[in-house]
Amino acid sequence: MLSDYALLLVGAVLVNNFVLVQFLGLCPFMGVSNKLETAIGMSAATTFVLTLASVCSYLTYNYLLIPLDLPYLRTISFILVIAVVVQFTEMVVRKSSPLLHRVLGVYLPLITTNCAVLGVALLNINKAHSFTQSLFYGFGAALGFSLVLVLFSAMRERLAVADVPEPFQGAAIGMITAGLASLAFMGFSGLV
Amino acid sequence: MLALITDHPLLTALTALLALGLVFGGLLGFASVKFRTEGNPLADQINTLLPQTQCGQCGYPGCRPYAQAIADGDAINKCPPGGQETIDALANLLDVEPEPLDAEHGIEKEPRVAFVREDECIGCTKCIQACPVDAILGAAKQMHTVIADECTGCDLCVEPCPVDCIDMIPRRTGIASWSWSMPSSTESSNIIATDREAA
Repeated sequence: MLSDYALLLVGAVLVNNFVLVQFLGLCPFMGVSNKLETAIGMSAATTFVLTLASVCSYLTYNYLLIPLDLPYLRTISFILVIAVVVQFTEMVVRKSSPLLHRVLGVYLPLITTNCAVLGVALLNINKAHSFTQSLFYGFGAALGFSLVLVLFSAMRERLAVADVPEPFQGAAIGMITAGLASLAFMGFSGLV
Repeated sequence: MLALITDHPLLTALTALLALGLVFGGLLGFASVKFRTEGNPLADQINTLLPQTQCGQCGYPGCRPYAQAIADGDAINKCPPGGQETIDALANLLDVEPEPLDAEHGIEKEPRVAFVREDECIGCTKCIQACPVDAILGAAKQMHTVIADECTGCDLCVEPCPVDCIDMIPRRTGIASWSWSMPSSTESSNIIATDREAA
C-alpha cells in the first residue's frame, strides 16, 4: 500500500517528470529560472497550488460533476478551480511575503495558465486516481517541477558567468541546457 | 423549478457552473477580507536599505517617501549618499539590474559630518530648523553645535547659515567605522590567472 504511493511519487517526480519528460509548464521553467531565489519561491508557490488544485479538482469532479452526470464540464470547471486556488495563493503570498510577491510578479497569476496544473487535474481523472492518489500525484508533480526548476536555475546562474560563445548567449544556451537536462531525465524511464 | 432544471441537461450544466462560480467567488471575497494587507510592506524593506540621511537629494522630502516611490516604480539610482552600494542592495532586493548613480541628483561623496565654527556662530537657529535629523544643538543667540553621531552629512544646514560658519568635514575613521579598503580595479583584475593572460 505504502509502496504504491512511493512508486506514484517517484513516477511523478522522476520518470514522468512534468517539465522535462511530458513538457508541461515550460513557460515558468524558462521564465523564472534566472535566479535561484526566485526559482525557489516559484517552486514553493507552484507546489502549493498544484497540490491544492489537484485535490480540489478531484473533489469537484467526483462530488459535483459525476452526481449531476456532467463529466464533459471537467475542463472548464477545473480551470475555474485552478483560477480560484491561484488567486487565493496570491493573497496569502502578498500577506506573508511581499518581496516574494513582487519578485514572482506576473508569474504568480500565470500559474493559472501553467499547463502542468491543469494537466495533473485531468490526468488524475483519466487514470481514475483515488483521493489520496490524487493528492500524492499532484504533490509528486509539484516536487518534480520544483526539482527541475531549482536545478535548472542553479545551472543558469553558472551559465551567466560562463564563457559562452556569443551566438549561444542568453536564451539559446538555456534552451540547449534544458534539452540536455530533458535527455538526462529520459534516462529515468524504466525505473518504475 | 428543480424538476425543470434536472430535466434539461443544459440547464443542469449551467446551474452547476453558476453555483460553482458563486461558491468560489464567495470564498475569494472572504479571503480578500481575511488577508487584507495594510500599507505597503515592500516600502518598509526598501526604507531600511536607504541611508536615512533625509537629505532630499532624490527629489523627495526624505528617505521614507523615496522608498514609497521606489515601491511604486521609481528609479533606484537617485540616492547619492547611499552611492553604488545602496543601488546594488536595492537592485538585489527588487530583482532588477543595478544601474549607475544618476548624476542629476548629485555625486557620491565620502561620508562627511557638519562642523560649526563656534566663534563665528551668531545663534540664529536657522540651521537647527533646516536639520532633518535634529542633530544641531543650540538656542536663539546661543552658540550652536553639531552632535556628530547624529549628523548624516546631508549638507542641508550649510545653505541657510547667514554667516557661512558651517563646514562639511570628512568623517574621522574611528575603531567603529574602520573597514578594509576595496581592492582597486587594476589590482583585482590581476587576481585571476586567466584574466592576466587575456590582458
